[in-house]
Amino acid sequence: MTTKRFESTLGPLQFNWSAAAFADFYARIADEAPVDRVVIGESVCSKREPFYADRIPAAIERLERGGKSVVLASLALVTLDRERRAARELFEQTQHEVEIDDLTLMNFVRPETSFSIGPLVNVYNEATLGFLARQGARRFCLPPELPFASVEVLVAAANVNGAAVEVWAYGRIPLAISGRCYHARAHGLSKDSCRFVCEKDLDGLAVRTLEGAEFLAVNGVQTLSHKYGNLIGDLDRLAQAGVKSLRLSPHSGDFVAVTRAFAATASGEISPEDGLALLRQAAPEAEFSNGFLFGDCGAAFFPSA
Amino acid sequence: MSARAKDLELICPAGTPAAFRAAINAGAHAVYCGFNDETNARNFPGLNFSREEMAAAIKYAHQHDAKVLIAINTFPRAGAFWRWSKAVDDAARLGADAVILADLGLLDDAARRHPGLRLHVSVQAAAANADAIAFYARVFGARRVVLPRVLTVQEIAAINREIDVETEVFVFGGLCVMAEGRCSLSSYATGKSPNMNGACSPASHVEYRQEGDELVSRLGGFAIHRVSAAEAAPYPTLCKGCFQAGDYKGHVFEDPVSLDAASLIPQLAEAGVTALKIEGRQRSRAYTEAVVRSFRRALDAYAAGRPIAAGELRELTEGQQTTSGAYRKTWR
Repeated sequence: MTTKRFESTLGPLQFNWSAAAFADFYARIADEAPVDRVVIGESVCSKREPFYADRIPAAIERLERGGKSVVLASLALVTLDRERRAARELFEQTQHEVEIDDLTLMNFVRPETSFSIGPLVNVYNEATLGFLARQGARRFCLPPELPFASVEVLVAAANVNGAAVEVWAYGRIPLAISGRCYHARAHGLSKDSCRFVCEKDLDGLAVRTLEGAEFLAVNGVQTLSHKYGNLIGDLDRLAQAGVKSLRLSPHSGDFVAVTRAFAATASGEISPEDGLALLRQAAPEAEFSNGFLFGDCGAAFFPSA
Repeated sequence: MSARAKDLELICPAGTPAAFRAAINAGAHAVYCGFNDETNARNFPGLNFSREEMAAAIKYAHQHDAKVLIAINTFPRAGAFWRWSKAVDDAARLGADAVILADLGLLDDAARRHPGLRLHVSVQAAAANADAIAFYARVFGARRVVLPRVLTVQEIAAINREIDVETEVFVFGGLCVMAEGRCSLSSYATGKSPNMNGACSPASHVEYRQEGDELVSRLGGFAIHRVSAAEAAPYPTLCKGCFQAGDYKGHVFEDPVSLDAASLIPQLAEAGVTALKIEGRQRSRAYTEAVVRSFRRALDAYAAGRPIAAGELRELTEGQQTTSGAYRKTWR
């Protein structure tokens, strides 16, 4: 017998895809992917959003028709006036829940609004979780660098506060955000004259050491891990700890297959080993890691316990 | 010149009692420092203050009409929150003039339990615009915000026009190129992070090795620099390393530069900044003394309407190169 042990959330697309690719991706997710929630919108660079903004309403409608609940993403580093206005407007609409990825948005939260906290907000301890829950946070996707011991404590705190905990279960891990655009810099440009060179790299631009070792990936102002975080082998212990939800972060390739591999493994329909094999098929180029969960370096990969 | 500019405060680092006294003697208006544990973001072996040393330092500063700001600016570990909370209690008990905090839970805890204690929002909180700052001021009564190093001087001026609290900006020393408090590059390579352990690119995970006629410095096994054996291999701080990204080979994130915004003192003053901060609690007493003395001279010159001598600190900076960082828009 299989049981559904986790909900799943598709995180916001982190990369600068064309409007057509954006629309196709969400159409397929809406129709075929076994995920419960979809966070949609720009979280990395506000210069990208105008290119696909007009595709978002149709994507949302189709996702909702496909039975997904839709949450609006917010920008990870808000500095410009137009970014602040956009952040304020997110909280003025009342149709969809908002995911906060920068504490700027806390200034717009009204007492009656509930919201989610994204992985880029520093929720490291029970006091911070409790504070945000009292302001209206109902779901916390924890910072990916947290070890399992912290996850356990935060789940207990979330339970007390009537909130749910989600962990970063799949995809390149966001490690840093900057005022500077590294994609532009690597092309001899600056952020203000970037020519949108980030659109060339569907999963980020590889950063290798001078010895050729894969290390990081640049995605505009964001720096990601080279390895894809992957907790498919750790679902038993996460379920035991009371983690409610898994976050899957979009990549190019067959992402519906990724969501199916997680759904089948989470329900016990297939083994973690078979789940991992499916992920390797869906993303043959990707290398995986789960070191953060073990309090080790994030790049490490430990076999499932 | 505005009246405000004359009152610019000089905030100086101290990692040891000796550096603390040197900073005060060299003209610091305030010194920031931390307890010798994981509650502060410069948690290095042999650095920082026991409770007794902190008490003596505060007494020394107050005798010399200077202030002490205690940095408790890492993010408390789940299950050990009490340790950070206790650090705030001790700072209040010892008579600190302010505590510098980054964690929401700790700010909330401090604001509720120590209503009289002055709260400064750490650069680690990455409050990068007027709305974020308004939130900290409204909810916790924060009185000052240390601005993240992602803003131009014009943006800082615009922020100051909108907010009631004071702002403090970095003017000299090491330069984070990422939004601080939001970077886990170090823990990806080593398992130790500024947010959780108060350490970035820790020495415990550094390795130097000669390979052929090259010297390689590694962090957590990843090569960060490769130089000819005749050169000095730079310390492998992750974001200052040499990498390859597409056709680009070199300093993908930042050159091995450090921040020197001495020449921007007039602009920062006009932008409404209250305090200028020098980075480097891990630095020697001699370094602290030289930098503080030089900046105090610059502030006094500015207040008196005299020109500021540029570049006199160059020999103290990493790699002999300096930048004004994000303060100029072209940096982005």
